[in-house]
Amino acid sequence: MLKLATTLKTALRALRRNPMRSALTTLGIIIGIAAVISMVQIGEGSSAAIKQTIENMGANTLIVFPGQAVSAGVSFGGGSAVTLTSQDAAAVARDCPSVLAAAPQVNGRMQLVRGGQNWVPQFIAGTSPAYFTIRDWPIVRGRAFNNSDVLGVNQVCDLGQTVVKELFPSGKPLGKTILVQNVPLKVIGVLAKKGANMMGMDQDDILVLPWTTLKFRISANALQNQNQSNAATTTTTTDQLYPETAQSLYPVPSASEQTDTPQPVSFPNINSILVAVPSTSQIPQAIAEITALLRQRHHLQPGQPNDFNIRNMAEISNALGSTSRMMTNLLTGVALISLLVGGVGIMNIMLVSVTERTREIGLRMAVGAKPRDILSQFILEAIVLCLFGGAVGILTSQALSSAVQHLLHWPIELSMPAMIASVAVSAAVGLIFGYYPAWKASRLDPIDALRYE
Amino acid sequence: MNLITVENIVKTYHLGVSDVQVLKGVSMAIETGEMVALMGASGSGKTTLMNILGCLDRPTSGKYLLDGQEISRMSANQRAGVRNTKIGFVFQNFNLLARTSALENVLLPTTYAENNVSTKALHDRAKTLLERVGLADRMDHEPSQLSGGQQQRVAIARSLVNNPRLVLADEPTGNLDSHTSEDVLQSFENLNRQEGITILLVTHDPTVAGHAQRIIHIRDGLIEAGAFASPPAATGAGAIALPDLTTGTRR
Repeated sequence: MLKLATTLKTALRALRRNPMRSALTTLGIIIGIAAVISMVQIGEGSSAAIKQTIENMGANTLIVFPGQAVSAGVSFGGGSAVTLTSQDAAAVARDCPSVLAAAPQVNGRMQLVRGGQNWVPQFIAGTSPAYFTIRDWPIVRGRAFNNSDVLGVNQVCDLGQTVVKELFPSGKPLGKTILVQNVPLKVIGVLAKKGANMMGMDQDDILVLPWTTLKFRISANALQNQNQSNAATTTTTTDQLYPETAQSLYPVPSASEQTDTPQPVSFPNINSILVAVPSTSQIPQAIAEITALLRQRHHLQPGQPNDFNIRNMAEISNALGSTSRMMTNLLTGVALISLLVGGVGIMNIMLVSVTERTREIGLRMAVGAKPRDILSQFILEAIVLCLFGGAVGILTSQALSSAVQHLLHWPIELSMPAMIASVAVSAAVGLIFGYYPAWKASRLDPIDALRYE
Repeated sequence: MNLITVENIVKTYHLGVSDVQVLKGVSMAIETGEMVALMGASGSGKTTLMNILGCLDRPTSGKYLLDGQEISRMSANQRAGVRNTKIGFVFQNFNLLARTSALENVLLPTTYAENNVSTKALHDRAKTLLERVGLADRMDHEPSQLSGGQQQRVAIARSLVNNPRLVLADEPTGNLDSHTSEDVLQSFENLNRQEGITILLVTHDPTVAGHAQRIIHIRDGLIEAGAFASPPAATGAGAIALPDLTTGTRR
């Protein structure tokens, strides 16, 4: 141990005797290490950024759909069961630890009317305020509706950019009123532009409103309208256009008959639950938790099939994640080559140094240094050079990474494993590329070495 | 008592196809406490003999006993140990480490010593040695800041740091002017006389050799004169003993 310390001291002194050369030799290693670490960090940063983007696109969200309703052996298809409730959504958000937030969703496809303009948006989402969090969708003007709007079944809504463009050519929707199925809704906010989703559908073509409003004010109204369509006065039918030829297929119900006809029941069910998970890796855990919770809430016996389905987009995120990992690996590979070149530089200089210090080696041998001592001294010199280069390389890479972060606004992630690995790699480079020159030095004949000019 | 006993040493170099015999059966002895000069022209085998005596090289055949140890069959590592503990070297070109203080230079052989003497004790010893060679105020100077004579005195201090039995000085004054040479040789004489250290001066200069108590002349791989201090018990092949030679001999 003492021996090693002495050898280390000797090596350090030898390096200090020629600081300029030591610095230049180390430069190769510095560049190599800095390149490796920055590549890994920038790579990991962009990897994380891609992941973030995918998560914004909904990769870290799950959607819980109700299962199928079956009547007399006839299936009504997925989502036809009326088992999911907003309480389920609240319970999922509250009781599942792997769930960040959950929002009920009630969908619709209806005409919006504003003055002389009308438009049928792609999406009408009746939901809770958690929806904006889950979809990571900021409001650019006005405000999002809040929980009291949901509880109060308030007639308010937030519009996507496309809807604003279609209904408000003037571009000033806030505080105005639009009609949905004759129900007036006050526009209280405008959503940020989001563009098309992965299916190419315009995500900005959306109307977001409290799910209670959509469910109990608009859809219920629509149901009634639907049922009473033959009594609706606004509809233009051939009967009215050509009353002479009208042939009534069914007898017109009388007022009392109409009153006796049972109204369609408006179940408080929801179409789906939108669930946010902190990261894609927690999706399987979240699915398990939600499944257990909903089975319990829906009183399903063991062996009974689920009355709901949970879907995720993990596949897409995995594909994109592996692409960026591949890029990182590629760049790291290129950087490793530069580290290798740096190692060859070390070997080159160490060889020069051995030749130049032949007399010193001869002297050391004459005063009692064994070949082993000379070998360890020169290897240690190379390792010290490389470790020093590694340390400076790490600092350089941090400077480089933060420069990239500030100037190019690329995301950077500090990579501890990369740093540890690079220190190990630089020590290994010193050992490998320092060995040959050190071995050469240790094989010198002290007589020849002492006389070397 | 003999510190060095050499019996019938032969050294052959293989140069291409032909073998060159540089030492042709050398026998000699040096007693403990002697100051001996080894003289010879270039090509006489003087350097080869010195390398063997300094444990830097091994003879092709023959016996070499240093301080009772048989050196000629030792491995390179063992010889390194012997060089470290028993021999101090002083070279013509000083061979000090550049950009290293005089003190550190003196401490160099202790780096490779096996015994566990504390750093403090070693430093004290190195300082004492530097004081003894008159460099008490130059300990932190680097070789480039020292004169030739001072550098050689640092080298002498270095040769003594491990308490060697033998100091081997190879042309110690070759790079010095006559006045400084005299100083350096005086240092050797003092060491020999006061400390009883055995000193072997290798030189081709009769003036230098004149400082020794005995001169060993070597010529064409054979010892010409001065192989033994007293009449030898047995005369080695090719060695001519001239026991009365205790002062400088001119050729």
